[in-house]
Amino acid sequence: MTHFLIETLGFPPTLAGLVVALWACFLLLNLIAAGALFFIWLERKVAGRIQDRLGPTRVGGKFGWLQTLADGIKLIGKEDLMPKGADGLLFKLAPYISFCASLSAFIALPFASGWVGLEMNAAVFFVLAVLGLEVFGVILAGYSSASKWSLFGAMREAAQVVSYEVPLGLCAMIPVLIAGSMDLTKIGNLQAGWFTNWYVLHDPFTFITFWVYFTCATASVNRAPFDLAEAESELVAGFHTEYSGLRWSYFFMAEYGSMLLVSGLGAVLFFGGWNGPIPIASILGLTNSDSGWAYFAANLLGTLGFLTKALLGVTLMMWVRWTLPRLRIDQVITTCWKYCTPIAAVMFTGVIFWQALGIPTLGDLLPPRSSRTVDGKAVGRRPGEVREAWMSAVVSKPQRGAAEQKTADTSAVTENQSARDGQHDSTDTQPAVQSTSAAPSNK
Amino acid sequence: MAWHALFFYFFAILACGFALAVVFAANVVRMAFYLILSLGATAGLFFLAGAEFVGSMQLMMYVGGTLVLLVFGVMLTAQGPWVSIRTSGGDWVLAALVGGSLLAVLVPTVLRIDAAAPQPTAAKEKVASETAVPVPAQPTATRIGLGLVGVPTADHSGYLLPFEAISIHLLVVLVGAAYLARAKRRAKPLAAEEDEL
Repeated sequence: MTHFLIETLGFPPTLAGLVVALWACFLLLNLIAAGALFFIWLERKVAGRIQDRLGPTRVGGKFGWLQTLADGIKLIGKEDLMPKGADGLLFKLAPYISFCASLSAFIALPFASGWVGLEMNAAVFFVLAVLGLEVFGVILAGYSSASKWSLFGAMREAAQVVSYEVPLGLCAMIPVLIAGSMDLTKIGNLQAGWFTNWYVLHDPFTFITFWVYFTCATASVNRAPFDLAEAESELVAGFHTEYSGLRWSYFFMAEYGSMLLVSGLGAVLFFGGWNGPIPIASILGLTNSDSGWAYFAANLLGTLGFLTKALLGVTLMMWVRWTLPRLRIDQVITTCWKYCTPIAAVMFTGVIFWQALGIPTLGDLLPPRSSRTVDGKAVGRRPGEVREAWMSAVVSKPQRGAAEQKTADTSAVTENQSARDGQHDSTDTQPAVQSTSAAPSNK
Repeated sequence: MAWHALFFYFFAILACGFALAVVFAANVVRMAFYLILSLGATAGLFFLAGAEFVGSMQLMMYVGGTLVLLVFGVMLTAQGPWVSIRTSGGDWVLAALVGGSLLAVLVPTVLRIDAAAPQPTAAKEKVASETAVPVPAQPTATRIGLGLVGVPTADHSGYLLPFEAISIHLLVVLVGAAYLARAKRRAKPLAAEEDEL
């Protein structure tokens, strides 16, 4: 888009960069805000159906779809209260910290191949790190409210989030291990093709890993049955007891934003991201076409698929919330340290062995279909194939004079790698293809 | 005007300003809050330099881990509603000594780097035009990882030994923490204790 602005419309580079950056910010901000509106309505409907009620029906005609907007207007009109003993600065800033953390993490989350705020080499790690910052808003809110309920909520939140970062990180490492990259766009593109290429169906270990990931993600975004920080039946409202009006609603925007984020991250890591169960875009020939509109259409289809998967994840979280009772704090910590972490560690080891021994995956077992082949070669990992071409390339560099044969081998492997990458990236947009083709030269 | 320079000054001023705020604040939790902002701005500098992995690591380890534990500790141990620290005269002297000697080491190092020296204008313009367009992602984490598992590259010979030493050290710390935090065995059986009560 930057190149388009510079070359077609004649923008100066500085201005073009600014326009693109602001456009990305605008889209992401609206995604969270509109997403929160939608999710709160959805939560009410889901809760209603699960409890054999109808949920909102009146506001806005059918299905009560304007209910959240009415609530939003009500919240704007509410008085902004602050307790007398509160630490004013921290009390006022805490909701924004939560919201900013939730928003910033979306920067690195790709919605389709190449459609990402900022393509990062360590995107998985960045998203997890920034997601961990959201807890600070909660802790500061709890501490600065000068209320015992809030303080208890904040202490529980701190203990819970610090614990759950460990298994969550371990679970997120497993798709990274299989893909050999922390770049979310690359991880998504490696799962192109039919749903059999999704990492959740890669082997039994990754299948279990996804459910551990889902549990830990639910806990890390502070949702029931792990919503100890705002346990209504014990702590009034936990960390946001003293908040009212728009500040209060920022916490909820942050919470729904984070739910969408962890669901989206799960969709990219385990469910192929924008690569649907059926590769419609590549069957229609959109991905192989050179035209810009075909790319756009393919990416639009991919984004729809991605958002559908993320939405299903959020709905699953709602279903869990309205089905299971809240855990006690000791049960929450036990679930983390005695179940999630060891299971994740075992799965991690299992996947390492699966990869190292070259056991074929579900995608490899299927006969190559027309849509799974590019230029007559099957897409997918061949058993026992060396993926880490960069590693052998780096090792051989200092001893280049010593072993000529090794260098020859390495170049062959690199060639193989780049050819394979080219196949995987057939759904790519231009920039990603460029970076892939540039990659071997960097190595 | 190059965005790169603008953002560099923005993050640098944020980092330094909030670092000073940490020093001059009296309330522990506010100090922690300023420290979050200062470390976050430092992470921003890392991102600006293209070192995403190091920046994310900074956020995860210091901001998401250490500072959460700090605030958690304050909440657990605080006697009154607001904990404030008054620095005594001796502490100021010690702090000035340590901080000053670190500054004395850092300043000559910074001045020795070529980038600090004034560049010809043509080179500057070239850099500015290059940084205006987004640069493709470079695998920065790969080099760190390879260095830590001891794979020698052109500019270093691998850091396997320090890495292992730190790993063992951390393992000992973890075992020690688990030992200290374990549930104490009762010296007397529960029934006898209840009788005394």
